[in-house]
Amino acid sequence: MDELMEILKGARPDVDFENEEALIDDGILVSFDIIYIVNAINEAFDVEVNVAQLKPENFNSAKAMWDMIRKMQE
Amino acid sequence: MNEYNVLSFLESSAEKHPDRVAFKDKDEAIDYNNLLTRSQKIAFVIRKNANLELFEKNKPVAVFIDRNIRSLQLFLAVVYSGNFYVPIDPTLPIDRIQAMLDTLQPVCCISATKRKLPVEADSFDSLLEQSEEIGDDYLESIKKIREFAIDTDPVYAIFTSGTTGVPKSVIVSHRSVIDLVHRFAESFPFPELPVFANQAPFDFDVSVKDIYNSLNLGGTVVIVPKSYFVMPAALFPYLEENNVNVLIWAVSALRIVQNFKLFDACVPDSISLVMFSGEIMPVKCLNYLMDYWKDATFVNLYGPTEITCNCSSYIIKDRLNDTDSIPIGKSFANTEMLLINPDTMQRIRKAGEKGEICVKGSCLALGYYRNSQQTEKAFVQDPEVTAYQDLMYRTGDIGYYDESGNFYYAGRSDHQIKHMGHRIEMGEIETVVNALDEIKMACAVYKESKEMIYLFYSAEAECDDIIIKQIRKYLPSYMLPNKFVYLHTLPMNAHDKIDRKKLAELEDI
Repeated sequence: MDELMEILKGARPDVDFENEEALIDDGILVSFDIIYIVNAINEAFDVEVNVAQLKPENFNSAKAMWDMIRKMQE
Repeated sequence: MNEYNVLSFLESSAEKHPDRVAFKDKDEAIDYNNLLTRSQKIAFVIRKNANLELFEKNKPVAVFIDRNIRSLQLFLAVVYSGNFYVPIDPTLPIDRIQAMLDTLQPVCCISATKRKLPVEADSFDSLLEQSEEIGDDYLESIKKIREFAIDTDPVYAIFTSGTTGVPKSVIVSHRSVIDLVHRFAESFPFPELPVFANQAPFDFDVSVKDIYNSLNLGGTVVIVPKSYFVMPAALFPYLEENNVNVLIWAVSALRIVQNFKLFDACVPDSISLVMFSGEIMPVKCLNYLMDYWKDATFVNLYGPTEITCNCSSYIIKDRLNDTDSIPIGKSFANTEMLLINPDTMQRIRKAGEKGEICVKGSCLALGYYRNSQQTEKAFVQDPEVTAYQDLMYRTGDIGYYDESGNFYYAGRSDHQIKHMGHRIEMGEIETVVNALDEIKMACAVYKESKEMIYLFYSAEAECDDIIIKQIRKYLPSYMLPNKFVYLHTLPMNAHDKIDRKKLAELEDI
């Protein structure tokens, strides 16, 4: 989770990833952030996020992203 | 037809195809006939509410936009009212919106969004309701306004980043938009019944091409929800569902297609024309698109907002090698593109030699609204013409042309950057940061290899959090630096200026 937090802060230092729970629904993250985050996740966790996973419920919070990554690693 | 007002496009298409859908979003659609009548009626209400006298025209009307067809209806209503529209994104920081309104001093604010606004604005619903109560005398009034119209009247103004810390508003005339639309119709193979998927936000001039090309060709503009570019699982199915065949998109949007390998899930095969602009298209991305849209025509477009969207184009014929650069091509008819040496202001007439790209023609904007100083700096007399006034726009872009006359883009002469589809002046970020009490000196540098904005600053102590908190109040999120680097002092060059080159070279901080 620390590594993910590092990635997220790197993408958007202005966002409070500890507490935000509607990163997508509230339009906080924009498309370019997602490109950066997805590429960084793929690289750091050796996974491949696919098109079907690009849904708000997987990206609305840091925890949701972490759950998605863990599921892929299983 | 010899138009002198962009509304002629709407009127002629409404006569030919009254029942065809003109604009469509996720929730609603409007056909040409209703679009015509409704925008004329709302125009009447706008004039009435703004208390405009019969002879008054060309006033700014601020339109708070959203990704919906209501925004477009309000734009056309403003034009019918004899004024010009200025799209404003309601999600921008309040202080920035206020600064825009201070520049504009609009005769009225109207809104197509349900978001909370920092100022009072007439809502679309209210305007529509008022327009349904008026009698038929609106037609007479609309006709009168049109009699006073000339093609150098402004049609819209669009804000763009300004070096001095205040956004500049580029104001564009009917003549320029009409010129653009005719150039597009004669230069590119539009399908018989074009359906445009609008990607660009309405406060970006890329969207001007969707709106007016479609009105001219009797096509349909389908507005793609912004969220589809953030979470793109729904993007291609939406294009397919709507039989979209034309994409006039920012390069950054097409890169999303490549980055997320959207073709893995679905290939919308109705696409026949793909045009892109805004920044350099990576050849890898272009080849990816060409692999799947084999029969489509791909066009690289070039030009800043100040010359009304685009001034040159290049139709890509074959697949390119990864190391090739894509030309920005040749200028449109009725447009002249030339190179000057920015130091001597001499014309460059040799293939391969680099110079600043300058543009002449009907495409030139009217300047920056209420900002004669910046206007005079950028819209200047052609130095080779001394006997009469002949303006050219200095783009600040460096370019060259090859033996066949195709132009190539080769960087900037100043510190303006293109970051994720947005045009940003580094100076604007610096001005805002330097205004903070804590800061001694700040410099914003774009690292192209990482596509990130770095902010280097010196202060009594490290204070990233204070800077972030303060500048968020003024800068839109796409302008916020990605990395903050605290330095005891900033390196200076021989001219006693901050050494940007040295900062850019600082390795992986």
